[in-house]
Parts: sequence; C-alpha cells; structure tokens
Amino acid sequence: MVDTHAPAARKAAGEPQWRSAARVRAGTPRGRAAGRARSRLVAGVGLLVVLVLAAVLGPWLGGLDERAVDYSAIRLPPSFEHPFGTDSQGRDLLLRSLAGLRVSLLVAATCAVVSTLLGALFGAASGVLGGWPDRLLMRVVDTVNAVPHLLLGIVIVALYRGSVIAVIASIALTHWTGVARIVRAEVLSLRDRPFIDAAISGGATRMRVLRRHLLPAIVPQAALSTVLLLPHAVWHETALSFLGLGLPPHLASIGNILGEGRAAVLLGAWWIVTFPALLLVASALAVAGIAAWWRDRTLPRRRSELEL
Amino acid sequence: MSRELGALVLRRLAFAVPVLVIVAIGVFLLAASSPFDPIYQYYGVDVFTATDADLAATRARLGLDDGVFQQLGRWLSGVLSGDLGSSRSFRQPVGEVIAERLPWTILLVTVGLLVALLLALVAGTVAAWRQGGMFDRVVTAIGHAMEGIPPFVLALVAIAVFALGLRWLPVAGLTDAGAPATVGQITRHLVLPALVLGVSQTPWLVLHVRGSLLGAFAEDHVAGARARGLSEPVVVLRHALPTALLPFVTLLGTRVPELVTGAVLVETVFSWPGIAEAVVTSALAVDFPMIAALAVLATAAVLLGSLLADVAVAVADPRVRADG
Repeated sequence: MVDTHAPAARKAAGEPQWRSAARVRAGTPRGRAAGRARSRLVAGVGLLVVLVLAAVLGPWLGGLDERAVDYSAIRLPPSFEHPFGTDSQGRDLLLRSLAGLRVSLLVAATCAVVSTLLGALFGAASGVLGGWPDRLLMRVVDTVNAVPHLLLGIVIVALYRGSVIAVIASIALTHWTGVARIVRAEVLSLRDRPFIDAAISGGATRMRVLRRHLLPAIVPQAALSTVLLLPHAVWHETALSFLGLGLPPHLASIGNILGEGRAAVLLGAWWIVTFPALLLVASALAVAGIAAWWRDRTLPRRRSELEL
Repeated sequence: MSRELGALVLRRLAFAVPVLVIVAIGVFLLAASSPFDPIYQYYGVDVFTATDADLAATRARLGLDDGVFQQLGRWLSGVLSGDLGSSRSFRQPVGEVIAERLPWTILLVTVGLLVALLLALVAGTVAAWRQGGMFDRVVTAIGHAMEGIPPFVLALVAIAVFALGLRWLPVAGLTDAGAPATVGQITRHLVLPALVLGVSQTPWLVLHVRGSLLGAFAEDHVAGARARGLSEPVVVLRHALPTALLPFVTLLGTRVPELVTGAVLVETVFSWPGIAEAVVTSALAVDFPMIAALAVLATAAVLLGSLLADVAVAVADPRVRADG
C-alpha cells in the first residue's frame, strides 16, 4: 500500500510505476516489513538467550568471584586475562557486568510483572464497573501520569534508601498506568461483543463473566505489556542506581557499576563505562525486537509499515 | 474559537489545581512515612558529638516533633501566603533555591529541546522522503538503538570523547573553577549538556516525524499536489509536512516528563547547577519542603506542556475542536 506513495524512490530504482498482482503479493512493503520483524525476532531471541545464559552461568563458571578485590590490578584496560578490564577496586569487569546484568534483569522482570498485575487489575476494574468509578479511577491514572516517573521514583527510593523492595515499588508504582489504560480499553471493547452477551443471557453472574470470559481475553494484551515494560524497568533501575539511589552498592547492578565508573571515566578508564553500557543496550534492543514482532502478531490492526 | 480555547484552558486549570495539591500532599505523606530521621542529615557527622539538648532544640526549631499533619498544615498555609518554607539540604528558603536554579534549567532544557527539534525534523523529513534508502535505514536503525541508551551513558561517552579525549569542551560545571559567569564561559559549558539532552530526546521524535510523514504521503491532498505537477520540495515541505506536524506537536507536549527525567540525569552528570540536580540532593536529605516544591513544579511543567500542545494544535488545525 505504501509503495504508491514513494514514487520518487521507485523511479530512481528504475522500476515501473505499476506492479502485477503477483509481484505485489510476493514483495509488498508489508511482506518486507513482516520479514524484517521476523529477522528482528530471531536476532532478539538469540541475543537475549546469549545474554541471559551469560548472566546466569557466567559468574559461576570456573568458580570466579565478581567481588574479588585485587589492588594490584586497578583500572587495567581490557586484556586476555580481563576481557572487559578491571574497575577501581581491581574487580574483573566482565564478571561484574554479567552479575550486574543478572541483578538488573531480575529486578526489571519483577517490576514488569508487578506493574502489569497492578495495571491489569486497575484497568479491568475501571472497564467493568464503568460510570463514576471508572471516571474516578481514570483521574487517578491521569494524576500519577502527571508526575514525571523518575522524579516520583527518586522520591520513593530516597525515602527508603538501600532496599531492593523500594526500588521495585518505585518502578512498579510509576509504570502501571499504561497497562491500566490498555486493559480498560480492551475490556470496554470486549464488553459489547456477542460472546459476552451470550454468557450473560446464559445466566452467568458478573463475577463469572469477568473470570471466565473477560480476564482470559485480556491475557495476551497484558503479557505483551509486560514484555514492553521490561526495557523501561531496566532503564529505570539503572538510572536510579546510577544516581546512587537504587540498589545497595554491594549488589552489582549495571547502574551501580556505571555510577561507580563515573569517577573512573575522568581518569581515562573508558572501559568501565563502555562495556556495561553495551550490555545494557544489547539487552534493551533484544527485548525491543521481540516486542515489535509480538505486537505485529497480536495487534494485526496496528500492523503497519509505519510502526517499524 | 477563542471562547473554546478559553474553556479548554479553564478546564485544564480546574484539573491541574487539585492534582497539584494531591501531589504536594502525597509527597509530604510519603516523606513522613520514611524511616529516616531528617535530623541526621541536618547535622551530618556532628550528630554524634551534639548534646541531646542541642538536638532537642533543633528539632523544636525545625518543627520535627510535630505530627505530620501539623507540619503539612503549616507548610500549606505558608505556601498560600507565598512562603515555600526553607530547605534543610540547601540551608536556604525554598523560593530562593528555585529562583537561583530554575533559570539554568530552563536555559539547558530550551537549548536541548531546540537541538532535538532540529535534528528530528531534518533527519525525519529526509528519511521519510527517501523511504527505504540508505539514509532512512541508518536513521531508523540509530533511532531504535538510541532508544535503549540512557541519557547518562550518552553523557559519560560525550565527556570521555569530547572533554577528555579531544579536549574541546569542559567536563562539567557552569563555569571554569573560580571564573566569573560570563556569556562565553557559560556557552562553552552549555554545549555538551545541551547536546546530550537534545540527542537523548531525538530518537522518539525522529521516528515519529518519519512515521507521520509517511502517513501524510498517503493522503489525498498530497497525491493531488503531486498530480498537479508541483515540485518535490513543495509537495514535501508545504503539503505533506504541515499535516504530519500536528500529531508531532501533541507528542512534544506529552514528552515533557521525559525531558524532566533527562534534565535530572544530565544535570547530575555535568554538575549543572539547575533545579533538576536539586531533586537528587533534596531527596537524599529527606528535605520535605524542597521535595514537595520540586514535585509540584515538575507536575505543573508536565500539565503545562500538554496544555500548550493542545492549544497549539487547536489553533493550527481548524478541524480540531477545543472542547474534546
């Protein structure tokens, strides 16, 4: 569909301005877009599997300890012995980054699940109840959205500093609003479908309709939201830890490593920031690739070349 | 039209006032539930050598012994009479801290936003125009990759490359140590933070400009313009771009929270003496009045951003009715 709107590009490529139906089917931009989405999925899954395996298995292989301090090997540039170099306390940065990735991914996954549950509950309640409870709940969503997320997160974490629960709470409490909106919209659209009418005329109670018919229909949406939330949660946790407000310093998270690396960068130790940051970006990209494919699969109406 | 706009503004204000009050009270209650005792921050290490009588006197002076609702009431009545209270972490009235620091943040955010707008509009337009071309693919790939890079990583990389590696620009601060705040000094120190803030905001904007421009190319009036034989620049810039920019304005309005977030991180890394850096300082110090004032300020900025965007869209697009 979009190909008719980029005649300039096609003219430049020497292609005719019209296409036979067979060629259109074979190579439409939508087909190409789907192909690209598939390759992004494959790349994303592959990357994520490698990262997760490395994060889970890496620190245990060979009985190495990411906390082992060696003051004779401070801020060494990357070498065969220390592929990522060492930090200001002579700790091996590769082991530390992998341990950090594990912590970051764990915290992020917990946050994503908690905020999805919270948002789904809120959105479903809002959509099912309707009327003034719905309006009230949506005003709550608007109010939470009006406060910049990191600011609210900083406030929550600063006041309960050094606890992992506070970090998880600060991310979950600021990221559920998007899920709530999506689930509410979904419930509103499901409510008027014939199968719900059929259930009600079959004598199902409101609770049964909710449990048996509405909630299962929401699951794909909610699961997609969880995946989409993952990069946000990683991002948020990293930012908090970087500011010195997130996870306690003894837990190596990517953010903590980067925060400690800030001073080291000024001394010229670029590797302390570069490699953990690359791991972070790689995991974010992997999740984004998977999420893009999943979105195309579950929301065919929104599938479009524009999204890619 | 103007009456509708007035009604829009009034309705938003009617929503904003309770939200701001709720945010202030919420932050206050949150701070009160914290297990940290602000007296430790106030005294620092001296808390171990101070006598109990001293501590008690200070507590009484700061009003820390009163119940949280008493403190809240005192603060709210102060705010209503124009006194924002005094910040314990800066040892200054909150109003003074804000007045000193806000201009620097506004300077940084404005320049950063202009950088982001310029980059996004130019790169997004060219990418959409030559859709599928080399430039388009590069821009799209970089855009998606950049979405995953937090601003502080970008800031550290920028410092490592441009300040330490190439020695072009200073590492941090508003001026060189001890130097007077002249325009030249501040400009030199502004370049890196503003660029980092701008570039960190660009990916979303660029992908959005590209996407909505591609959508605009599909509209009938663009096909009509092409059919009339207008030149390509006229079609793209005069016919397609204006319709594509309407949702872009709305997007800009909704990205104020991310701009605030970016400012917090960038100001912290670059030791920029703005208001966003004060967020971290005062949060670490459990500084009730300062945190509350900053939260309200940031919330007001977010609400103002979305209001301005809606007004701009309503003014620019006659099809949009301002009562929605």
